[in-house]
Order: sequence, then structure tokens, then C-alpha cells
Amino acid sequence: MRNISRRTAVAGLASTTAAMAFQPAAFAAAKKIYDLVPIKVADGIWMIEGATEYFTQDNGGAIVNCTLIETSAGLVVIDTGPSLRYGVALRNAIAQLSTLGVAAVINTHHHPDHFFGNQVFNQIPIYALEETRKLAETEGDAFSDNMYRLLGDWMRGTEVTPPNKAIASSSLSIGEREFLIYPLEGHTSSDLAILDKKTGTLIAGDLAFLDRAPTTPHANIAKWKESLQQLKAVDAAGIVPGHGIFDRAGNSLNQTTAYLEWLDQSLRTSVTEGLDMVEALESSIPEEFLAMGAMPQEFQRSVAHLYPDLEREILPLTNR
Amino acid sequence: MQKLIIGIAASLFSTIALAGDDTRVVLDDPLKTGIFSYHQKLILGDPARIRFDDRVVVKAPASAEDSLNVPVLVDATAIPNVKRIVMFVDYGPIPKILTFYPEKADAKLSFRFKIDQATPVRAAVETRDGAWHVGHTIIDAAGGGCTAPALAYASDDWEEELGKVHASIWPDRGRVRMVVDHPMDTGLAGDIPVFIIENLQLDDSSGTKLARIELHEPVNEDPAFTLYFAKGKLKDQIRIHGRDNNGNEIDAIARAPVTQ
Ligand SMILES: [Zn+2]
Repeated sequence: MRNISRRTAVAGLASTTAAMAFQPAAFAAAKKIYDLVPIKVADGIWMIEGATEYFTQDNGGAIVNCTLIETSAGLVVIDTGPSLRYGVALRNAIAQLSTLGVAAVINTHHHPDHFFGNQVFNQIPIYALEETRKLAETEGDAFSDNMYRLLGDWMRGTEVTPPNKAIASSSLSIGEREFLIYPLEGHTSSDLAILDKKTGTLIAGDLAFLDRAPTTPHANIAKWKESLQQLKAVDAAGIVPGHGIFDRAGNSLNQTTAYLEWLDQSLRTSVTEGLDMVEALESSIPEEFLAMGAMPQEFQRSVAHLYPDLEREILPLTNR
Repeated sequence: MQKLIIGIAASLFSTIALAGDDTRVVLDDPLKTGIFSYHQKLILGDPARIRFDDRVVVKAPASAEDSLNVPVLVDATAIPNVKRIVMFVDYGPIPKILTFYPEKADAKLSFRFKIDQATPVRAAVETRDGAWHVGHTIIDAAGGGCTAPALAYASDDWEEELGKVHASIWPDRGRVRMVVDHPMDTGLAGDIPVFIIENLQLDDSSGTKLARIELHEPVNEDPAFTLYFAKGKLKDQIRIHGRDNNGNEIDAIARAPVTQ
């Protein structure tokens, strides 16, 4: 019932939009087709690179990196994109790479751009940390409502499909390939990073961003920085960040750490000066961070996510 | 994208027609929501003098990231002799957010509120001669802010937190910032009755009233305000006091930070 009404809502939105005077050309021209091109980044590993933007009608939410890893049992797909339509496109792109099909899916965390393509893979194991599985179940519908609002027709037919298998061990073998499992937190309360032992490639999920502003709707900055320290110690040969290009030099870990440090300090300064959120939104952003994708929107979103808690922490209690 | 959202909002609004043409002053609402005249009567009491006025500046993010905590800054300092500022939304189950009586403060206030759907937020400013000046901004939202239960109940000790005031004053910059712990239940979530702070007042240390705020259901959980004063008006401390609709008292003394 819920999904039917959403589909109707999408259709209604489309017709309203068509009748409007302000219709931007880009919207009319959008084909609503995902063009997914796997890029080889290591031996038997491909990455599908997302746009370093926020969700828009133009990008259809294809802003996330998905990783494909070849094993003797078939491909392992890490993260599945923002919609059913993306999942279908992903499956088609995979068919070009391997005749063995998909052996398993892994979700790094419960954000919708990383797991809403799961629907296509619901017949096979979809691994995630247990906490991630729970969060996908409890928060999935609310995410879905918001994604339909932001992406409209791109979401058509998408139904929330949480991971179906919990990872409890520190390693995972699929086919001949072995993966080290890092259960971390900070971007959300449950973030999985995966190291491919064969190539030393680290799939960092949204713990690492590169030239795209980190997102903070469920962030704990202190824990996130600790997780980044742990990932630096892994000394990976290459890193697939959650968003941004493939990273051969560890820049994503350093840049994400630097951004989080600046963000935390900037907001603390605003609270200490008695600024309201609307005033904090107008803070100046250093050039190096302003140059990242999805800025200044992500900074503005972070103010909304982090400011209320910081105020309660910093402003003194004054009761008589 | 921005234009698109506003375009959709405007076309939806225009389909809603409510009888309100019989106001004493017939206004041409620049946002054409079709509902403004209804609030003009019911919330503002159908004033004899009212107009839209660019000097009333309402600032808010174009899109609400957190529907439970939408920040708004209203600035009517370009208008002399302000008596009160009434904040309300065109669309929402409870339109009226708050009324601010600046008294000795500037006619400027920051606050947060719970948004229920995409809507204009209006600031109606009454001057001492009884004339009204209206400003606004539009906020897009995923919605649900007014019908969600307070987050406070997720923790067991919310009752101990009730009425706690986190606050500071910055006399040299003419600024008061305060966050008051309170669930601010709208009465719209399940069987939870209305439970809100109704009144907050700021006094100087000699007991002179500096400013007052009447709060309504849409004000956010743990209401947060910045008030603004001319330099030199604030001394080293102020008293913040008020009560909720269950008779719980709020009473605090806010001081300048030691490090200032
Ligand atoms: Zn994420």
C-alpha cells in the first residue's frame, strides 16, 4: 500500500512539473538512465565511480562508489547504489565482466545510497554488520520517503531490502578470495571497512571521502577520527573511498581527518560565540574544503546534524 | 533545483483556496498560497493596517535538513518601535510558532521549530501604532516534524533534565543564547498530551523586564533562542524564567563566559 501511494505521488509530481513555467532545461533533458562503467583499480577489482555531488534529479543519486571483486565463486559486490533502477544497471554492468554472476553482496553501512540497489540481489547473501542490518530495517522506510522526495521517478519501484546476513567474524572467505573485516564506527554507529588480502585494496565505505565533502547525518566525529587512525595503520595499497576517485596514496584518509577536525572546531567556535544555527551556516569555509564536491551544502547539512548537541555540551548550565 | 522546488510549492499552494477574501485589508500575497488571508484573520486578528514589507527579513535554510530542528532568524530591526513579532507557517497542523515581545531587546530573534511540510514561514511585526509588517521565506521539507514523538523519552532521565537552562550572555556583543530542556509535546503524536513551555522571560539583575517570548507547540524540543541587544544594555548577568503548561517553573541566571 505504502509503495503504491509513493508511485502515485511520483507520477503526480511529474505531471505537476511538466505544467510549470519555471521548468529547467536540464530536468527536461534528463534521460533517467544510469550509465555505469566499471573502472579496473587492482587485480580483479573494479570500481563504479559516483558523482561527487549531492542527490539531484540529474545524477539520479548515483553519487556513491560501488566495488566489484572477482572470485572463483563469482563477483562480490560491495554497496549497491541508491535505487532499484541503479541495481538493475549494476547487474547489467556486472554481466559484461563475469559469466559467473554475483556470489555475494556486502553493504558497508545503512545509508540509502549504499544499499537501495539490494532489491536486485535478494536471492543471494547480502552481508553487513549486525548493527547495520538493524539500522537498515528501522530507518529504511524514512530514508525511502526522503529519497522519493529528492529523486522522484529515479526511485520508481524501489523497495527497502535490508542486508540478510550478519558478519560476526574478523575475516570472510568467498571463493578463493579472503577479506579482512574491520567493524568500525563514526560515520554511522556501524561502519564496515574491508581489506582484500590479495591486492591490499581497502574498501573504506563512507569512513573515507576524497574531494567530496564528508556527510554527517549520523556521525560521531571523535569516533570517526579514531576509525580513520585505525585505517591509516592498515597501510593499504589502494583505497576505494565511499565517495570520490580511487586513492593510491592515502589522501582520502588524511583529507577526511582534516575536514572533520576543521568542522568540529568551526562549530565549537560558533557555539562559544553564541551564534545561532542560521548564523553558523554563514561561517567562512577554507578554500581547500570549499573546493570539495557537494560544498557548501554538506557543511550546511552538518550544522543541522551537529549543532544542537554541541550547544548542550558547551553552553553552561545556569539553573538557580 | 531551487527554482524547481519553489515552483512546485507555488503551484501546489495555489490550488488550495480558503475563504479569506473578507479581510479588512485585502493583500496581494507575493507567495500566493491562498491561505495567508485566513491566518491574517485568525492569528493576527484581522488588523486594519497590514502590508508586506521587505524590511522584515526572515532567514532559514531553503530546505529543512532536520524537520524537528529548523533554524530561523527574523530581523525587523529596520522597523522602529516594534511591539511584537508573531511567527507562523502557512501550512502545518498548528500554524502559530511563537510571539516575541522585544521590550528592551532588538527586534531580532533566532529560534528553531518543527516543520510538518514545505511551507512559507511568516513574520508579522506589529509596531506600537498598531500597524503590521509581514516578511517571509519558504522552506522545503520532508515533513513529519510535528507528529513525531519527542526524542527525550528515549532516555530514562528526561524528567531530571526538564527545565534545565544551558545559556550564556555576551554583554560586549549584545547577545544572549539559551537552550531550555523540554519535550515540547505538540499533542499530535499518539496519546501524548500537549506539554510545552508557554512563557519565557528575560530580566536584568534589578528585575526589569528585558524581553519575553510566548511559545506554542511547533517550537522545537529543547527550545533554543538567541536574543540581541544594543551594546552596553546587558550587564554581567540576566535572569531567565518561565513556566510550562503543567506549572513547572524555569528559573536560571545566565552570565558572561569567564574567558571573555
Ligand atoms: Zn554514508
